[in-house]
Formats: sequence, structure tokens, C-alpha cells
Amino acid sequence: MDIEITHVSKQFGAFTALNDVSLTVRPGELVALLGPSGSGKTTLLRIIAGMERPTSGHVLFGGEDLTGRSLRQRRVGFVFQHYALFRHMSVFENVAFGLRVKPRAHRPAEREIRERVMKLLHLVQLDPFARRYPSQLSGGQRQRVALARALAIEPAVLLLDEPFGALDAKVRKELRRWLRELHDEMQLTSLFVTHDQEEALELADRVVLMNNAVIEQVGSPQEVYDHPTSSFAYEFLGNVNRFDCSVEDGKVAVCGGEIVVPVGTVNGDGKAIAYVRPHDIEIFNGAVMSGRPAVVRYLMAAGPVARVELSVGDDGALIEAELGRAQLHALDLRVGQPVYVRARKARIFSAAGAAH
Amino acid sequence: MAGATTSKSRIAAAEPLWLRLMLIGLAILFLTLIVILPLVAVFAEALRQGIGAYFASFDDPDVLAAIRLTLLVAAIAVPLNTVFGVLASWAIAKFEFIGKSLLVTLIDLPFSVSPVVAGLVYVLVFGIHGWFGPWLVANNVQIIFAVPGLVLATIFVTFPFVARELIPLMEEQGNEEEEAALSLGASGLRTFLRVTLPNIKWGLLYGILLCNARAMGEFGAVSVVSGHIRGETNTMPLYVEILYNEYNFVAAFAVASLLAMLALVTLVLKKVIEWRFGGASTVG
Repeated sequence: MDIEITHVSKQFGAFTALNDVSLTVRPGELVALLGPSGSGKTTLLRIIAGMERPTSGHVLFGGEDLTGRSLRQRRVGFVFQHYALFRHMSVFENVAFGLRVKPRAHRPAEREIRERVMKLLHLVQLDPFARRYPSQLSGGQRQRVALARALAIEPAVLLLDEPFGALDAKVRKELRRWLRELHDEMQLTSLFVTHDQEEALELADRVVLMNNAVIEQVGSPQEVYDHPTSSFAYEFLGNVNRFDCSVEDGKVAVCGGEIVVPVGTVNGDGKAIAYVRPHDIEIFNGAVMSGRPAVVRYLMAAGPVARVELSVGDDGALIEAELGRAQLHALDLRVGQPVYVRARKARIFSAAGAAH
Repeated sequence: MAGATTSKSRIAAAEPLWLRLMLIGLAILFLTLIVILPLVAVFAEALRQGIGAYFASFDDPDVLAAIRLTLLVAAIAVPLNTVFGVLASWAIAKFEFIGKSLLVTLIDLPFSVSPVVAGLVYVLVFGIHGWFGPWLVANNVQIIFAVPGLVLATIFVTFPFVARELIPLMEEQGNEEEEAALSLGASGLRTFLRVTLPNIKWGLLYGILLCNARAMGEFGAVSVVSGHIRGETNTMPLYVEILYNEYNFVAAFAVASLLAMLALVTLVLKKVIEWRFGGASTVG
């Protein structure tokens, strides 16, 4: 089922949590609402679920306006960051809850409930744990129970609020992959909230980037990562080095590199901000007389990609660079070593547009 | 952190033996003098003239009336305060509204006001010369010096117990389980019965228990509104005083022993609940 959000705003007293947000989610799509805390992403999710009422605007499921409908009437599967499992019920009863509270006329028979619950538990790979209580499960298992519970009512849409936020890194990664597979199998229209850009980029079909109560950018992970339309998007998606610079004759000098400013991004000459991804910083040994002098301050070589922190120029501003292990080996970098750096690529935004 | 705690306990354990023994001894002595001795005295006095005389005290119809009245007052006040306490803590813990902190303060009021004042207030409001007095007399409703007054005074004195117990518990548990239940299609009532109530049951029981102990034991507030009519408006605590003033020590202590036993039973149940509660709160 598709979800349509039209001109939704939400005020909490004097605080604006959402400011005229519109978004369409296509049937079967997996969409990430990504943004820093306070950006309004969770409020938007809760409005879609019916847990909050928008101050203005509408929420439509499959063309039907549900704005006035309560949480109970919307048939959404909701998964909470902290699982919100019924702590006094067994895993089985947690999953069965949504079936048991159906009106008598629609309630499945006990045998059918049993079958459906066990099928769901099998789906989330927890069949041996049916009799356990939530407190006897690990975080990852609890979240899978929460997911099975949400799926039990055969929801029209699935909403997940920071579903992996409370889990450790390894479990998070596993569960992420597993959720992606599950989604591909079930084709259930799903939205999840996250502040983790890696999670959003890896998991979602489309990423909705939010900041300050508005949607900054919507696009596929590749699109938003490669073509951020705002300085916020650039800074939020992945590590980035920020340089103040000024445009002269449609060019800027950034960190030793001369970058041509694409037509239309910055109006005329003047102050601008340049963003350079760490993997777009080139490092040379002293032999090459190109780029700006810098000193290696920190080296993190554990992992496939080495992170290097360098202080550049007279003011000693720190920048971050990334390079492959082979390259690191060839350069033979040491902390304290003087080198030269150069920006290979940069993204330029006019300084006014980057005010936030 | 671990290092800090071990070193702390080492310091505590390093107190000289004589000091530790003295402190423990002092605590035991104090407890014996203030609590255990009087408790023993109650039963000793009640049984002074033998078990026969003890049970004979309960043949007095006025004693039986006092016991019945105490049970009746508690049977009305405790359920009402339970409902009120659950509603108030629900409202306070789960919603934001204007005047919330005022409500929390008001709930605590009976703890800070002398029970005698509470009783007097009801006399002032519902007594013959009180605000509603003439109207009540005209309509032949008697509140003061009758059971309704006793119930009112008891409710006033005991209403914080349940709410005080539940507010922090419900605040800690938050709304998420209820939201989950609603999203799964459960009605509000069903959500309360299947999700909220099981989560607060031990805290609720604990609150009811304390509320009941206080409701049965209350003296000051009910004393003011009772009028001390024998066989009619004397609760057990009030009747103990009357018997004592009449030098009927055996009967006075016999009735007092019932209240003391109530206290002991309450303590044991409280311990049991704390034990269960402690186990339950680690769940989830």
C-alpha cells in the first residue's frame, strides 16, 4: 500500500517539529527517514502511525485519508527502538496478542492463532523461544519478536523507530541484512527512522534526509550520497572536510587543488564553502611539489581503509583523509611526518546557503 | 568503579570490631525498647487473665460492632482509593497537562496535614453548623457522626498510598507497551487490563496493602468525625481508647492485639510483595 503525506506540520507548543512536509512512499518500498536528533523524523513516523496528530496536513494510505483515524484503526505494524514487548507475556503470547484482541467476528480460532504465531516465530528464527519471556532474550532476539508481533496483524505498512538503535554493532549489522531480506520477501511498504547514515544508505530503497523539521533531500542512497543538494546533506552523509574558500573566476583553490565550480551551484564570485570527502584527499611524500604542506597527526590503520588525520598550513587546521592499505604502505606514513596534500574533488556551496 | 566499591567495602569492614558490635547492639537495643517491647506488651496485657478472658472480650457486642465498622470503612475507602490512585497515577505518568505538578503536590497533602485537621475540615463542611449542614439536615442526610463521615475522613487520610506507589512505577515504564497494544488493535480498556495492569500489579498490591493498614488503624481523623457512639460510630482504634479509659485493660489490649496482628500480617505480606516485586521489576 502506498503512503502519501501532504503538507504535514506539527507544533509542540512553540516548537515546530515538522514544517510542511510532503512525501510519497510507493507500495513495497523500504524508505529510511534519516536525520540528526530533533530533525522531526520520529515525529513524522509517529504521525504516520497515528500516535501523534498533525497540526495540519493529511496522511493517506492507499488513497484513503486516515488523518483522523486513531492508531488502533490504522493497521500499522510498529516496531519500537526499545522493543516495547509485553514483559509479563511469553514470546508466543506477545506475537499472539494482535490476533487475540481482534473483535470476536474476525478473531481466528485458537488452532489458527497457534499456527500463525509459530509460522511468524519461524520466520524470525525464534521458534525454540516461544515459551521464553522477553527478559530471557538478547536485544536482537527481542527486536525480532517485536517484528513478528507487528507482522502478526498483517499490517498495511510497517513502521520502525530506530529499530537497531539499542543493539550492538555486530547484531545491528546482522539484523539489518536480515530485515532487508525479509522486506524483499514480503514486499511490505516500510519506513524506518534512523540517525545512522550508514544504516540508511545500506538498507533503504530511498533515503529521506530530514533536518530542522523539513525534508532536505529524497533519493536513492547512491543519489543522495553522490549528489547532495545542500551543505547539510553533504556534511551529514559520511565524513567530510569543510573548507572556507572564495570563488574567483568560477574557480576555487581548495587545499592545494584548483577546483572548477560547476555552473549554477554558486552565484558569481564570493565566499563559499568547499566539502571534500576524506577519500578525495591525496597524500604525497615531500618529493612531489604539489599541494599544501601538512603534517601527519594521527594514523588509524586497523581495517581495510586507513584513516589519517593531518594538520594543514600555518593555522594547523585538522583534516581527515582515507587511503587504501597498499597506498598507505607505499607512502610509509608515520605520525609527525611532513607530507603534501591535495584535494582531488570538492563540492562547493555558497556560504549563505550553508548558514545552518 | 569496581575498584572504588571494593575499596569502600574494605574501609567499612576495617572498622574495629568493638565499634561494629556497639553500633549493632545499640540498634538492637533501640528497636527492642521502642518496637518489640510494646508489641510484646500488647499481647501480654491482652492475655494477662488467660486465654479465656482474652476471647471473652470479643463477646461484647460493642467490640464486634467496632470490628465490623472498621472492616466496613476499609472495604469502602480502600477500593475507592485504589480506583482514584490508579486514575491519578495514569493521568500523571502518561499525559502532559497544565496543573500536573499541582496535582502531584495535592496528592501528597494528606501526608503533611495532621489527620485531626482533616477531620475538622469535614466537620466544618458537612457538620450541622457547616457549609452544607442545613441542606443535609433538611434532606435527612447525616455525614458527620455517622459512617459516611468516617469513610470520608479515612479516604482523605489514605488516598496518597496507592498513587504514590504507582506514579514512579508508571513513569518509569512509559507509554510504549500501551502504544504497541493499541497499534495491534487492542481497545483502551483491553490495553489497560492486559498490558498496564499486569505491569503495575505488584506496586498496586503494595499500595493497597499500605492503604488498608492505614485505613484500619487511623485514629485522629476518624476520632473527630466519629462522635464516639458506642456500637455505632466507634472503629477499633477508637474503641481501644474508650476501653482503656474505662480501665478495661484486658479488652482494650485484646482489641489492640487484633490491630497489632493486622500490622504483623501487613509486614509479612509487604515483605512477600517486595520479594516478588523485586523479581518482577528486573524483568524486561
